[in-house]
Amino acid sequence: MINNIIKLLIPILSIFTACLFSILVITMTGRDPIMIFGKMFYAVFGSSYGIGQVVFRTTTLVFAGLAVAIPFKLKLFNIGAEGQLQMGAFAAALMGAILPASTFSPVAIILCILVAMVAGASWALLAGVLKVRFGVNEVIATIMLNFIAQGITGYLLTYHYAIPSTVHTAPINSSSIIPTFGQIIGWFANSPANLSTLLSIIIALLCQFLLFHTRFGYEMLATGLQPEAARYGGINVQMHTLTAMGIGGAIAGLGASNLVLGYTHYYEEGMTAGIGFTGIAVALLAGAHPLWILFTALFFGLLEYGGLTINAYIPKDIFMIIEAVTILLFLTFSAIGKRLQHV
Amino acid sequence: MTNVSKKFGGFLANNNISLDIEEGIIHALVGENGAGKSTLTKLIYGIHQPTSGNITIKNSTVRFTSPRNAIDAGIGMVHQHFMLAPELSVTENIMLGNEQARLFQRLPLKKVRTLILKNAANYGLEINPDASVGSLSIGQEQRVEILRLLLRNSSIMIFDEPTAVLTPLETDLLFTTLRSLRDKGKTILLITHKLDEVLAVADMVSVMRKGEVIHTMPTALATKPELAKMMVGHSVLLKTNNSSFIPGEIVLAISKLGFRTLKSEKKLDDLTLTIKAGEIYGIAGVEGNGQSELLQVLTGLTPTGTIITGEATFKGESLIGKKAAKIRLLGISHIPENRLRDAVILDYPVSSNFIFGRHREHSFHKGAGFNHLVIKRYVKNMISEYDIRCTSPDFQQLRVLSGGNQQKIVIAREFSRPNISLLILAQPTRGVDIGAIEMIHKKIIDACCQGVAVLLVSSELEEIIALSTRIACIYKGSIRHEFTQDEVRDKRQRGREFMKEIGLHIT
Repeated sequence: MINNIIKLLIPILSIFTACLFSILVITMTGRDPIMIFGKMFYAVFGSSYGIGQVVFRTTTLVFAGLAVAIPFKLKLFNIGAEGQLQMGAFAAALMGAILPASTFSPVAIILCILVAMVAGASWALLAGVLKVRFGVNEVIATIMLNFIAQGITGYLLTYHYAIPSTVHTAPINSSSIIPTFGQIIGWFANSPANLSTLLSIIIALLCQFLLFHTRFGYEMLATGLQPEAARYGGINVQMHTLTAMGIGGAIAGLGASNLVLGYTHYYEEGMTAGIGFTGIAVALLAGAHPLWILFTALFFGLLEYGGLTINAYIPKDIFMIIEAVTILLFLTFSAIGKRLQHV
Repeated sequence: MTNVSKKFGGFLANNNISLDIEEGIIHALVGENGAGKSTLTKLIYGIHQPTSGNITIKNSTVRFTSPRNAIDAGIGMVHQHFMLAPELSVTENIMLGNEQARLFQRLPLKKVRTLILKNAANYGLEINPDASVGSLSIGQEQRVEILRLLLRNSSIMIFDEPTAVLTPLETDLLFTTLRSLRDKGKTILLITHKLDEVLAVADMVSVMRKGEVIHTMPTALATKPELAKMMVGHSVLLKTNNSSFIPGEIVLAISKLGFRTLKSEKKLDDLTLTIKAGEIYGIAGVEGNGQSELLQVLTGLTPTGTIITGEATFKGESLIGKKAAKIRLLGISHIPENRLRDAVILDYPVSSNFIFGRHREHSFHKGAGFNHLVIKRYVKNMISEYDIRCTSPDFQQLRVLSGGNQQKIVIAREFSRPNISLLILAQPTRGVDIGAIEMIHKKIIDACCQGVAVLLVSSELEEIIALSTRIACIYKGSIRHEFTQDEVRDKRQRGREFMKEIGLHIT
């Protein structure tokens, strides 16, 4: 019981301390923190557009968080969500541009999403195969694959697919566009919040079910906790390594489709903007727990859009610092919490 | 030591212990696992600090904050698992941590070498100071540890389960050494749970139970049943009834089995044996003579890259190359040696551990998940049948249970597999308290009486002799000698002698 309270208290305490820290940093830049936070609060919650922006950003972060969390349950550290997002986004943009506008829209959307998932999954699986076949550390493999993804998409964009004098691909056809909430039920004004948000909640619930209520999850968690025991128990450790990486990459692909099919409608250089890395923070803060990720993603979504709205007053970089400080505080507090439990 | 207590969180590992250890004697400390013996030694050796109470050495109160302080005060410890670097020579190992030279100065190797030879001759600890530790036998490695303490001028020596890894002969040699150390004025604290050894070598004995020292007395006045009773808290049966069941047909046949590791080390060599239904086939041997590899082959857990020759068949079906899950389905259960690493998931609740490895059995399934009702009923039955102390199996993590209860859970799970016909047991009672040992032995004999074939691998010769129908002695990867059913039955009466005879075949 006490352990559960400590577990819940740690993320809350780290977020709270990080907020105090941000007040300090803002004061140091010579601005009035209350004014800054007031403006940010107004920009975010004062309009349905602001809320929609947060919802949209949260959605991508839920996917990115899950992409890190699922392999993390197997003690696999997927640093490569960024590269998987890039590959997924590029693939979705190409597919959307190829499919004719006359395609039945749900079919086109599903096809584009599937292509993004396959692209993300195969990028993650490369690291998985290297791990299983040759024992290559997945941290190094995914970091390297990030560079390669950056290189491939950059090359293809510049030399083959970019519309002349721009840094983006041709827009996808209207049939592949995921409708926004604004278009369907008039919510969130003309913000990019789209149906992917519902998908992200469904996927988080599915992950929760998979991990904690199926035999597959039972085997998976056991493998993560004690790989030797898993082998003794007749569990195929290598298969689980590959599926966990594959599922992570596929979910990263879903995040990419939220960006491309729901918002930009084309692939643009630098569009993933480190979301894959923020995904690591989202997953860590939630203890890699699928349902908690919904909340931690919301926190980072708020920070991200909130930081953007007050860019005129203080540099957005300050919010990057706050994100990172939150994670460091969380890790430190977790370590202290563990010590408290054992004393 | 006066009124020493140590608390870990809410758990009182040592409760108000007062213990006097006289200079120049061998003082044994006995108790079950979890009785607090190792905590007490860690307090003396400075690894932990007492929550309250004082430790006094030769009339001066000491407060160690690290083992370094304890070493400086003349306390030395021989750990159960030796702290040696196999790549270095004996001399280098002995100097480790006490180099007597500055960082970039030349090491006084020659000086230390002569000191080693001198001490070795004085105490009968023969050793080649230039040999690399990796090439030594376990008994010799222990000598290196003892010499290290001697060269540090330790006057108080703590031995933590020193005989756990030794052969009977090596044990006798160690005892001779211990006596000569005592005669030269050293004080020895011997931690053990083997009562025979206490009676053989110690001058004084203290019994610990549940964190307290129950009783201290001269060994001359103690008897084995009496000590056992004090350790457990009730009287125990130290003999097992082994019925002379007539074995049935052959269940497991191994012929000319060879095992080569990836690095081309030969671990098994032409190993041949057969096990029949309804018999307990004991394999006696010093650890590291191929037992682990044999079990790996039989359970489908060989590491990738090993080369296996020969054949192992279970009821006529080959086991070579089969996956672990497949082998289990044939009706083979396996209690692994390192149960905490292999047989359980420590962070899973007790009830999830009861199905671990059996989670593919359809009777436990419901949809994509598990049928919690069926599991609940099965867990409840097992808990009462095996007398497992556990209050809420669905929520309690396996980690918090005692070693005995953990092992009982593994035994309960593996013994109750459907259509089981071969049980492979590795060190089934290691780290388990006497009460639980008794029950586990009884369950093994029960299984055997029901016609299950049992392969028992144990480094406890006493256990092998008490349980086995036939006994094989394994040495360097092959069976060197096999005692027939009649031989075992006759020789069992002469315990100590039989142990020595087996000892000859395994070294």
